[in-house]
Amino acid sequence: MIPLSWFLTFSAALFCIGLFGVLARKNAVAILMGLELMLNAVNINLLAFWCYLYGKDLSALVFVAIVFVAAAAETAVGLALIISAYRARNTAVADELNLLKG
Amino acid sequence: MMIDVGRMMLEILPEIGLLILIGVVLVLDLFWRKSRKKLGWVSFAGLLLIFVLTLVFVQPARLPQLTWGGMISLDMTGYIFRMIFIAGAALTVLYAIANDSLAGRGEFYLLLLTSTLGMCFMASAADLIMLFLAIETTTVPLFVLAGFLTRDQKSVESGIKYLLFAAMTSAVMLYGFTWLYGFSGTTQLYQIAERLKYGFVPQAAVVAAMMLVLVGFGFKISAVPFHFWAPDVYDGAPYPVAGFLSTASKAAGFAVLARALFVIFPLQTETWTLIVALLSTASMFVGNLLALAQKNIKRLLAYSSIAQAGYILIGVAADSPLGTSGVIYYLSAYLLTNLAAFGIVALVGRAVGSDEISAYAGLSRRSPALALAMLVVMLSLGGIPPFAGFIGKLLVFAAAIERGLIWLAILGVINTIVALFYYLTVLKVIYLYRSEEEDKPLAVSSAAGTALVICIVGIIALGVVIAPLYGWSTDAAATLLFLPR
Repeated sequence: MIPLSWFLTFSAALFCIGLFGVLARKNAVAILMGLELMLNAVNINLLAFWCYLYGKDLSALVFVAIVFVAAAAETAVGLALIISAYRARNTAVADELNLLKG
Repeated sequence: MMIDVGRMMLEILPEIGLLILIGVVLVLDLFWRKSRKKLGWVSFAGLLLIFVLTLVFVQPARLPQLTWGGMISLDMTGYIFRMIFIAGAALTVLYAIANDSLAGRGEFYLLLLTSTLGMCFMASAADLIMLFLAIETTTVPLFVLAGFLTRDQKSVESGIKYLLFAAMTSAVMLYGFTWLYGFSGTTQLYQIAERLKYGFVPQAAVVAAMMLVLVGFGFKISAVPFHFWAPDVYDGAPYPVAGFLSTASKAAGFAVLARALFVIFPLQTETWTLIVALLSTASMFVGNLLALAQKNIKRLLAYSSIAQAGYILIGVAADSPLGTSGVIYYLSAYLLTNLAAFGIVALVGRAVGSDEISAYAGLSRRSPALALAMLVVMLSLGGIPPFAGFIGKLLVFAAAIERGLIWLAILGVINTIVALFYYLTVLKVIYLYRSEEEDKPLAVSSAAGTALVICIVGIIALGVVIAPLYGWSTDAAATLLFLPR
């Protein structure tokens, strides 16, 4: 059987890749994709702990379901805002959204 | 086991009231096509009613109790923060009524009320799942509110920036939550603390999880180094939303920050008081020094709000009942003060068409009342008696000294002096500079006028009559440090 630590390492790696994507990517859609990776890492972590250590407790499953819902809501609002900016300025690159600075 | 549904419902009366109000606004928005402006007054009346009903019917238990299957802790802290949020939402609604581009939009009030609902749950959540859900319920409507004016690209841009920062920090915080679950096998805050105490988890691992969680909370309170979003978002968002973000949303962040640190990490106190003290120092210096250079009043208020978060963090770092009650007092005072500030900025900004500080020249002649209100607000933000801000600062600095964090109190006082410089600069422009348009009077609508009067009376009242709110905050601080059964 695969040991728990492998899952945790995998999830940590996925989280770091997602965080790197969020910090390094220029396109707002790509940043949202990085966020999805981070949230998937969260879910893998929860499920791995649940499956290996706390099988009788159902709260992890509820937590995972709620993380899914919240991630979907965040992405939906994010894409709506990005489309609204894209229509006016023909760009979805975060660096070019620079009306506000100082 | 008998479940008393009626009692359970009564325990979350404000939240249920908000939910009903959301439904009412949604339905009326559909049918009142011609007179949507009245929706704002409906929301305001509803919030006022909820405020009064909560005051009369919901009495928090002396000793905190867990209800709703351990999801919610019924205590004085949750109670007092709910009142703060509802009051903040009601004042924001008044400012929205005075704003032509927001007043006729039913969905604005809907989103604002939903966000307030989330905040109420944030303040009393006693479970990681509930906490996460409440934080998301608060922030997702706020993304839309910040980007509400889709024709105005600055507003959309501020919505996107807020969303990207919020989503990233909340993912980091969630990752911290999963480790807490992994260490303890439960999502109940109080049980986590108990199991961490008897478990075999290395301290370093718990501290690492705590740092991850602090990233999410640090974002909500806009503490340095998680503050980058604040100036841009306040600058671009509609005025009432900027006011709401800088006050109620920040207060909600402090409510969860204090609860999480006190409840989950009582064993790591030495570590987190140091981290919070460092965050506080960084926020005060960065906020104040950058505020000195600002030419735009909205950005100045944004940096000032970062600095104010620093002062409030001193109260958290003190880790004592006095510190916590100072935090609550400070947040109440700050809510009234900053909402009044953004209200005045909105009025002047729409009359003059600019948010530059230089546009405030001659305001004392155009509208003596508004200029006087700005005087009260700026002096309260600067911590001058007899205004509310002074008492808040006094309490948090006293708490720091009581716990031996004298260096932190000294840094706080130095920063207060630095901050006074830019607050007084704004007053200098208002009172001493002349402008060509100073014979044109400045119109104040009845809604905005009402809100401003409430705020100013509140600022002076909290600065003079200290006992009632201080007593409440002390009770709240005592329950936060107690373990419920």
